[in-house]
Amino acid sequence: MHIKEDRKYTKEHEWVKVDNNIATVGITDYAQGELGDIIFVELPKVGTKVIQMGPFGIIEAVKAVSELFSPITGEVVEINTRLEKDATIINKDPYGEGWIIKVKVADLKQLDALLTPEKYKTLVET
Amino acid sequence: MAKPTAFYQLHLKHKAKLVDFAGYLMPIQYRGIVEEHKKVRSKVGIFDLSHMGEFIVIGKDAEDFLQKVTVNDVKKLWMYQVQYTVMCYPDGGIVDDLLVYKLPDRWMLVVNAANIEKDWNWLEQKKFGDVTLENISDETALLAIQGPLAEKVMNRLTDYDLSQIKFYWGMEENVLGNKILFSRTGYTGEDGFELYFEPKLAEKIWEAALEAGKELEIEPIGLGARDSLRLEMKYMLYGNDIDQTTNPMEAGLSWLVKLDKGDFIGKEAILNARQNPKRSLMAFEMVDKAFPRQHYEIRKNGAKIGEVTSGIFSPSLEKGIGLGYVLVEESKVGNQVEIKIRDKNYKAVVVKPPFWKNYSHK
Repeated sequence: MHIKEDRKYTKEHEWVKVDNNIATVGITDYAQGELGDIIFVELPKVGTKVIQMGPFGIIEAVKAVSELFSPITGEVVEINTRLEKDATIINKDPYGEGWIIKVKVADLKQLDALLTPEKYKTLVET
Repeated sequence: MAKPTAFYQLHLKHKAKLVDFAGYLMPIQYRGIVEEHKKVRSKVGIFDLSHMGEFIVIGKDAEDFLQKVTVNDVKKLWMYQVQYTVMCYPDGGIVDDLLVYKLPDRWMLVVNAANIEKDWNWLEQKKFGDVTLENISDETALLAIQGPLAEKVMNRLTDYDLSQIKFYWGMEENVLGNKILFSRTGYTGEDGFELYFEPKLAEKIWEAALEAGKELEIEPIGLGARDSLRLEMKYMLYGNDIDQTTNPMEAGLSWLVKLDKGDFIGKEAILNARQNPKRSLMAFEMVDKAFPRQHYEIRKNGAKIGEVTSGIFSPSLEKGIGLGYVLVEESKVGNQVEIKIRDKNYKAVVVKPPFWKNYSHK
């Protein structure tokens, strides 16, 4: 299981990485491993308002369905349309090509409420 | 606490994801359900099925007893032949689906793990005359070798001429120096064998099978892929598609029921169900890109007409497939229905089973 140092995490196993007020959101390597083969992602429309720890989509694996939670409040400015054709990209590259949405961040201070890589590591290892 | 099987250490070695399945600690997957599924469809894989229950039936009334408690005709079985069948309650509801092996000195029943105790009690309650039952589930390990290349693997484990064993026949022969019961059976749609043996042989047989199939890229396969493989063939899963509230007729298992064989438990109710069919277990494929799961509503023009009993993403067809009971008139091939998924209706169509037509079993 891999955890990237350059981003923050939620207890629900999403990651968020902010560049110039735009937050890229995905699920963690641990999450994709637990879910197994991912077959479908229900994405929000561009322009949708999301709130911190509010649901923004659905992820379906062969075994189970899970909700996706936004690590941060803001407006969806981009969705990863490649996932509509091939959701297994998330299994292959959860921190890179497998990103899910990009959000224009309303308040950067919200990042303080999220888990650091160390804290997230502790969460999944205990 | 879930019971580990005789293959437990091997599951750990192969980094299986283990789950409690009917009280047994079983591998749900090793590398991934889709990959494992495709392996069995294209090549060959091995499955630990030791959770299944095995009962031995002996005594001079054993045949008459089995004829009474199962719906299929055990008197038609030749020595070493295997029969798929169900046991019913007097009201036609299904106690369990099972395999019956006719062996020289005994009969063997193979039942679902979740039903071992229930089936045992049912059989003990119904037995008559000179019949003795023995539950050998804990002393029996079961390994299945499944896939179009299964015979090549099995050939390296035994000197017996496997071309002599047809689908749903077995033999007790030398396998790696031990006399072992095996049969050309399985629940995947592919060619394959199932081997029953003492738990102490588990590691030896597992490793030998993996070694024998190495060039064929054999892999261990978990219960996740077993479920998708069986559903693509429209094989029943007890507890999902059949149970005490469903009868064999509506489940599409009328081919098992031999109404001309004499009396058996459930006959009258089954006869009645045949004459007055109400609902039918239909097979559907999703038209929309969406994935059905157990208990989702089946709808017609927005109104509920049934419930999904089994639903999955089919790795072979790369779309959602499922089963569910609907009124007979709604079960016709080509009927357009909807599956309710998260408050939306997604299009599906009734199809002729099996979903997977290119299977290798003969």
